[in-house]
Amino acid sequence: MSSTDTAPARTGGDSADVGAGLDALDAVSAQRSSLGEVLRTKALPPLIGVVVVLALWQGAYSLHLTSSYKLPSPLDVWHSLQDLWYQGTLFSIIWTSVWRGLSGFLLAVAIGTPIGLVVARVRPVRTAIGPVLQGLQSLPSVAWVPAAVIWLGINDSMMYAVILLGAVPSIANGLVAGIDQVPPLFLRAGRTIGATGLAGARHVLIPAALPGYLAGLKQGWAFSWRSLMAAELVASSPDLGRGLGRFLEDQREFSDMSGVLLGIILILFVGIAIELLVFTPIERRVLRNRGLLAATR
Amino acid sequence: MPAVTTEADTSAVDAPAGAPAVRIAHVHKSFGRPGARTHVLDDITLDVAPGEFVTLLGASGCGKSTLLNLVAGLDRPSAGTIEVAGGRPALMFQEHALFPWLTAGRNIELALRLAGVPRPERRAEAERLLELVRLGGSYGKRVHELSGGMRQRVAMARALAQGSKVLLMDEPFAALDAITRDVLHDEITRIWAERQLSVLFVTHNVREAVRLAQRVVLLSSRPGRVARQWLIDLPQPRRIESSGVADLSIEITEELRGEIRRHVQH
Ligand SMILES: Nc1ncnc2c1ncn2[C@@H]1O[C@H](COP(=O)(O)OP(=O)(O)OP(=O)(O)O)[C@@H](O)[C@H]1O
Ligand SMILES: [Mg+2]
Repeated sequence: MSSTDTAPARTGGDSADVGAGLDALDAVSAQRSSLGEVLRTKALPPLIGVVVVLALWQGAYSLHLTSSYKLPSPLDVWHSLQDLWYQGTLFSIIWTSVWRGLSGFLLAVAIGTPIGLVVARVRPVRTAIGPVLQGLQSLPSVAWVPAAVIWLGINDSMMYAVILLGAVPSIANGLVAGIDQVPPLFLRAGRTIGATGLAGARHVLIPAALPGYLAGLKQGWAFSWRSLMAAELVASSPDLGRGLGRFLEDQREFSDMSGVLLGIILILFVGIAIELLVFTPIERRVLRNRGLLAATR
Repeated sequence: MPAVTTEADTSAVDAPAGAPAVRIAHVHKSFGRPGARTHVLDDITLDVAPGEFVTLLGASGCGKSTLLNLVAGLDRPSAGTIEVAGGRPALMFQEHALFPWLTAGRNIELALRLAGVPRPERRAEAERLLELVRLGGSYGKRVHELSGGMRQRVAMARALAQGSKVLLMDEPFAALDAITRDVLHDEITRIWAERQLSVLFVTHNVREAVRLAQRVVLLSSRPGRVARQWLIDLPQPRRIESSGVADLSIEITEELRGEIRRHVQH
């Protein structure tokens, strides 16, 4: 065989054109949906859900399934809300709890993150406290309240202690899971471009573990909020600011069922609102950037 | 002039003069605990000359990736030495291994940053590298917005961003369709010539090996040894479907089959 029997070489331009054609065929074009469509597909279904629940509730009330002091009507609850509004205490109650919940949560992030990093990366530590950390996640944090009261008394520190005990394990576990799920290929690719040691943690390990970490943070918030409500329900002291849990317990003492229902609804509402306003946008953004979220159409 | 030189005796293939870009000397590699060790690489000696394009060919599981990882410094040989001129070589994987939390451009900039390129120069250099792989204008694209071929080209740009003259490639085009692979063969040949890179390219596709290389190295299996080498003298750019490439591919494939058959008879 000789070099003469090779086919005539193509010009570079030909190959480049084929390449450009392939790129054009393969390129993903993102479509953005209109505002009306978003409202219809995203906002309408939950709205219908709420309306149905309200209708069933009103129906049960109108049929007198039980005495009205046990089951007030939606309108009664609405009036309780108005009363709270006119007393001017609605926002201070909500704010007291939200402030405690968020600052306790941030403290839990500051403590849970280094714990998670160490547990994920240091093998002896992992064998020692990994299982305990996981077990703690399934312990209802209300179980800590009596202990916290004895240790710290009835004050804000006790509330924060209960929040931390509830939220730190899930934040740490989220980070451990996130790090465990980092594909080894990323770590190897990082090492070949020189991301080792601290640079490797900063540029590869932590960003790669972010989705799992965010899931842990989200759960950590849910646990913070639950723990706080448990602590507020149980701990009563005039020195303490009056939060949502306390409000709920006060209404029970007055046997004011519409106030109790209002308390439950407010606790639910605040928990969901923080998740929707803070965590969901961050999570969606991270996942969308990585192509892990199906494009909204 | 003969297009092909074949040498049955590996030691008879002289590398061009000058210090080699990669020197692999008497490298052994075993895995597993003492007592239950598998000997994967057995006394591999192989040089890649500066500016040379070498393809490493062998059956699946013969230790090609293992050898490349050793050269890349991701693992240590059990015995023997490996020297790479100019420090850490660039490595391209079969999967693109781009970081999905960064855009195409940012992936390249991260490699530039870790290679010590000062911040003000990074953006322009990243754009230049994207131009080089014919992806100008894709700086802000997310990894998942790119096609498979585009991803491998960004990965190539990221590997080049390390500034190493030595490029290791582990079946980088194996997952691509034939036409895309064809285009990328032209690209890598062009970039190799333009940048005067020394390339060690792993594949189990015989035609691809012949299409690209100046020298094809055949590894045997269990344990992996250098079985035979071919110097390939066909002019570049070649076409994978040309008769020169096809004829030599048939010959090498026959050799590769023999290698595998010999193994079965044991
Ligand atoms: N970390 C490891 N531990 C134990 N055995 C390993 C390890 N890495 C590779 N091996 C073994 O070494 C042999 C060679 O593997 P390697 O991945 O290098 O093959 P390869 O030639 O790249 O194959 P392929 O063409 O399928 O990619 C295989 O038998 C594999 O099982
Ligand atoms: Mg391999």
